[in-house]
Amino acid sequence: MPPESVSLPAAGALAKPSDAAERSKARARAVRRRALLVNGARLLVLVLFLGLWEWFSRAGVIDKFNFSMPSEVYDQIRTWVMHGTAQGSLAEQIWATLQEALYGWVIGVAAGVLLGIALGRVRFLADVFGPYVKILNAMPRIVLAPIFLIWFGLGPASKVASAVVLVFFPVFFNAFQGAREVDRNLVANARILGASNRQVTFQVVIPSATSWIFTSLHVSFGFALIGAIVGEYIGATKGLGLMVSTAQGTFNSAGVYAAMVILAVVALIAEGLLTFLEKRLFRWKPAESGAR
Amino acid sequence: MTSNTSPAIELRGAGKAFRTPSGALHTAVRDLDLTVERGEFVAVVGPTGCGKSTTLTLVSGLEEPTEGEVLVGGEPVGGIGGNVGFVFQQDAVFPWRTVLSNVMAGPRFRGVAKAEARERARDWLARVGLSAFEDRYPHQLSGGQRKRVALAATFVNDPGILLMDEPFSALDVQTRALMSDQLLDLWAGTGSSVVFVTHDLEESIALADKVVVMTAGPATVKEVFTIDLPRPRKVEEVRLEPRFVEIYREIWSSLGEEVRITRERGAAHAA
Repeated sequence: MPPESVSLPAAGALAKPSDAAERSKARARAVRRRALLVNGARLLVLVLFLGLWEWFSRAGVIDKFNFSMPSEVYDQIRTWVMHGTAQGSLAEQIWATLQEALYGWVIGVAAGVLLGIALGRVRFLADVFGPYVKILNAMPRIVLAPIFLIWFGLGPASKVASAVVLVFFPVFFNAFQGAREVDRNLVANARILGASNRQVTFQVVIPSATSWIFTSLHVSFGFALIGAIVGEYIGATKGLGLMVSTAQGTFNSAGVYAAMVILAVVALIAEGLLTFLEKRLFRWKPAESGAR
Repeated sequence: MTSNTSPAIELRGAGKAFRTPSGALHTAVRDLDLTVERGEFVAVVGPTGCGKSTTLTLVSGLEEPTEGEVLVGGEPVGGIGGNVGFVFQQDAVFPWRTVLSNVMAGPRFRGVAKAEARERARDWLARVGLSAFEDRYPHQLSGGQRKRVALAATFVNDPGILLMDEPFSALDVQTRALMSDQLLDLWAGTGSSVVFVTHDLEESIALADKVVVMTAGPATVKEVFTIDLPRPRKVEEVRLEPRFVEIYREIWSSLGEEVRITRERGAAHAA
């Protein structure tokens, strides 16, 4: 509905300035109404989805044993929260997975950034290692998880390792690209101003590559979680991945869904933290037009 | 500087050829002979894309000549000298540094202590009228303000040789005149030698002691004109003087021909 139609009835009697004030108020109302509408629609989609699932399951349209239903998933999460899981308390499982993912992520990011910038800056290294990096990247790295299990055992080390290999490549390629695509004018300017090679790397190349690197950090934390979970799924003593595998082993489909829900929440919180950090780091960047 | 008698910049038969991505050899400049005396303001004009900027990169040490010699202060250029300042055509301020930090960059790169660098940077920011903006980031400034940051960042290093590559070409006409005046003011106190590349003949006459006209590419020096307009000048006023118009006509008769050649070549390419 156009905002004018709201202010028009009053406009006849009122003077011009208050007319304008009325109009801007109406506009603000329209904005609020739209936000409400969007959020309402979002909620509706969720309720519809969960409701249909529950209803189909109860009515027997879909097999309850295989597909479970939201109320059972909720009960399962509640049981885990209140009474703990088969391997110990829920918090312990979440923390185990998070810790593995975090270690893997930090190591993978550090290695990716370091090597990416080194290869992006030193042509010789790029020429020598380029083909090997390509070969490694072409491999489906998730199949390395069983090998890591053999190498590093059931403990956290094997999960960290599979997280590292998943995180490394996207970070590496972005850092490499970032170091390569530095504005040549900026480098020339820094050199004229008296910067040494080292200073160019640390004060020009790395700052301008950070926005590239940060894009990959978002994606790669998700990868780190995948690495940790898959590692746990294959063989572990603790963690969300083990919970999925135990639930699957006992044909507890609600347990699988419940673990997935917990994972999604954990991943979203981590994503939120990263976005917050990014905003603080990139104050020098102009706000994107249209972004909120 | 080894001796005080040698000119600030000397190019002797200098030439530069690039290898294009397709493998062909492209000659940007050839047989360049040019002398810039100490404290002299030289403007280089020529048709668009003729290789004027290459001349500057040779003097700065960013590129090496493929032929001939380039001497700065009587010594052949080997790498980037500490005595050179360069103002680029595009924005070359660091977007992640604040205005103050940008101006401090040069002295900091050269190992000046932080406190002293800050003091010198503040001094130059005051001279370009940006003291109130020292905490801003470049994206929060206008194009003209960013250019002034670039000028302050260059002058703070106290360069004996100042190279400028169409520094004001991206600015609107009024800002441009303002910046030209400001440049003359800043330069007046330093005694440095300037090479100012432009395709704008008016700008070059208003600013320079000597105007060098380049041929259509591959560029070489066609003619050199001495500008005998008295200093200090105000660019908006000086261009109305009869002597200015006279000089303009004289140089344009030389430059116009090269511009026409370039234009015809462009048309031939398009056809």
